[in-house]
Amino acid sequence: MSRAPYRVSHLDALEAESLFIMREVVAEFERPVLLFSGGKDSIVMLRLAEKAFAPGRIPFPVMHVDTGHNFPEVLAYRDRRVSELNVQLIVASVQEAIDSGLVRESGDGMRNRIQTPVLLDAVEKYRFDALFGGARRDEEKARAKERVFSFRDDFGQWDPRNQRPELWALYNARIAPGESIRVFPLSNWTELDVWHYIAREGIDLPDIYYAHDREVVDRNGMLYAINEYLPLKSGEQPFVERVRYRTVGDASCTAAVRSDADTIDKVIDEVAATRITERGATRGDDKVSEAAMEDRKREGYF
Amino acid sequence: MTAVVETPAQRQMDLLRFATAGSVDDGKSTLIGRLLYDSKAIFEDQLEAVEATSRSRGDEYTNLALLTDGLRAEREQGITIDVAYRYFATPRRKFIIADTPGHIQYTRNMVTGASTADLALILVDARKGLVEQSRRHAFLCSLLRVPHLVLCVNKMDLVDYSQEVFDRIADEFTSFAAKLEAPDLTVIPISALHGDNLVSRSENMPWYEGPSLLHHLEHVHIASDRNLVDVRFPVQYVIRPQSTTVADYRGYAGQVASGIMKPGDEVMVLPSGFTTKITNIETADGELQEAYPPMSVTIRLADEIDIARGDLICRPNNAPAVAQDIEAMICWMDETRPLTVGAKYSIKHTTRSARAVVRGLQYRLDVNTLHRDDSATSLALNEIGRVKLRTTVPLLADEYRRNRTTGGFIIIDESSNRTVGAGMIIEAG
Repeated sequence: MSRAPYRVSHLDALEAESLFIMREVVAEFERPVLLFSGGKDSIVMLRLAEKAFAPGRIPFPVMHVDTGHNFPEVLAYRDRRVSELNVQLIVASVQEAIDSGLVRESGDGMRNRIQTPVLLDAVEKYRFDALFGGARRDEEKARAKERVFSFRDDFGQWDPRNQRPELWALYNARIAPGESIRVFPLSNWTELDVWHYIAREGIDLPDIYYAHDREVVDRNGMLYAINEYLPLKSGEQPFVERVRYRTVGDASCTAAVRSDADTIDKVIDEVAATRITERGATRGDDKVSEAAMEDRKREGYF
Repeated sequence: MTAVVETPAQRQMDLLRFATAGSVDDGKSTLIGRLLYDSKAIFEDQLEAVEATSRSRGDEYTNLALLTDGLRAEREQGITIDVAYRYFATPRRKFIIADTPGHIQYTRNMVTGASTADLALILVDARKGLVEQSRRHAFLCSLLRVPHLVLCVNKMDLVDYSQEVFDRIADEFTSFAAKLEAPDLTVIPISALHGDNLVSRSENMPWYEGPSLLHHLEHVHIASDRNLVDVRFPVQYVIRPQSTTVADYRGYAGQVASGIMKPGDEVMVLPSGFTTKITNIETADGELQEAYPPMSVTIRLADEIDIARGDLICRPNNAPAVAQDIEAMICWMDETRPLTVGAKYSIKHTTRSARAVVRGLQYRLDVNTLHRDDSATSLALNEIGRVKLRTTVPLLADEYRRNRTTGGFIIIDESSNRTVGAGMIIEAG
């Protein structure tokens, strides 16, 4: 058989689907917003939004639910990107919510869980009816069943047993006042697809995604950077390690992985190889099992 | 333009979406678990957790269904209740699996999974042969016009890898599928549990000369499943930047549903019927010399005509129907209220929304026997029937059998806002 004409690669097909989803939202909703965490998935989502409405500007604001525990590189990246793209940035501050008494800080100092009320408060305040999120279905089992247009009631809640059927590319955007839709344009992307796309598009990322030397401590096999939000516990010995971040979130609960991957190609090789070596089970070396543990953590293993 | 950095893994990859239907008994979850495991899409530690759970439950072998049943309720109750999407890749292709439950009470889930599938995988137990469920699954795949069908005759190990058993089932299914106008059909003898004919050809069945399942999934020719003949471009969004740098810019963004579009082509815009020419086909990466499905592009036209979301760009000599009277097969998906004659609903068809009234129900179809009941007056959850609709505004519609994008629509209940039905157009006039 000769070279297939009118061929569309998997990345092109994924991109086309994501652009379609984003345009559908802007056409059907009044007040969409893109949730930007500084993570690679939301960075890719921002790039897709840029492409979906070119040569126009992105026709919705970007919102960062800011736990106050940030990597400085990520904040700098965020501010540079929103200024390049000329989009409005809304910061929903967890610190302010703590100060005003909306939420209470948990004992362990982690702010992951108290982000949710802050987000919902901002949704109500700005009356957002559609929220783009960077979540992917390959991330965890429950997500595998979530819709691209995922309905939330007027309390912002998801009911997995009562989801709207989603056929073809016909997304149901009808909601009552106070209700909203979470939209996941990257639903069908995998971690490897995201990295391939970052490489293809030449998207630059905060440096912490690439291997660098950093002072860390080992907590149950997870490597945490020492910073103002993550003080040393007694008996802990910090050491310098060559690491990179595989995911980027709140600086007080995001761990690094040992890595020498200091270029995009090396990261892609590492992400692909991690899965393969993972099959090596018990004899998996430290490098790999730490990345896996981070994945498991993201999947809610503990 | 951006630099193209290709790694070996992505160079030749395209995308295939397939749907599976069945229950744990058929070995469907075992099969999917195997495909994911052999393509490294699941982690060893996930597998170990599943093995431990299986042991504690007293299962004789690892219950890979535990890998695929994602919702807590499903794992606790041991049932699959919803469509789950899974991902794996080989160097040739990326695969998206829409994994759907097989029981008749989940017909709507299977219809949902099949709606976007290039290929459907149906499993039968070699000891039992074709059962009511296998016929129903084949019928639903043909109703949804899934272009490729694969029948996996599973548990061949339990019939001593008998060619005779396989041939009998394959013949019976082939003659049944012929009645359905089923498209491309492939029948493969497998043992999901032992891995026979999954990744490579099994030594236990030297009489079988066809491909292994994975080889077939990797090589089945899907590029020509797309309709590249009828130009259909539903306008999704009008890009009109309020900016001085691109002051007079006006572009029509959307995804090519079918056909091949080129700059210079004469086109017609529906429903207005105005004709003009394509001047540019654009993406954020630059201009294109042609666009085809499933590309998302922005079309610019020579003349300033009034075009809005929901309009459709086609060729003057090849246009869809502009119709308010629609006949369609409808699968009803609402457990609270049935579809009834005289009821009014909202419908979404391509990028166009309309209201519709049910003018008549010609018959309800028994999805197991294909018997037509023309005395039916309603369609309840999971029931399928041929329905006449009248819409408030014209739809720009093709027959579903010719075009899955311009021939399909969803029905939305106007009070609950829920998606309550899926329609496949038979006639638009």
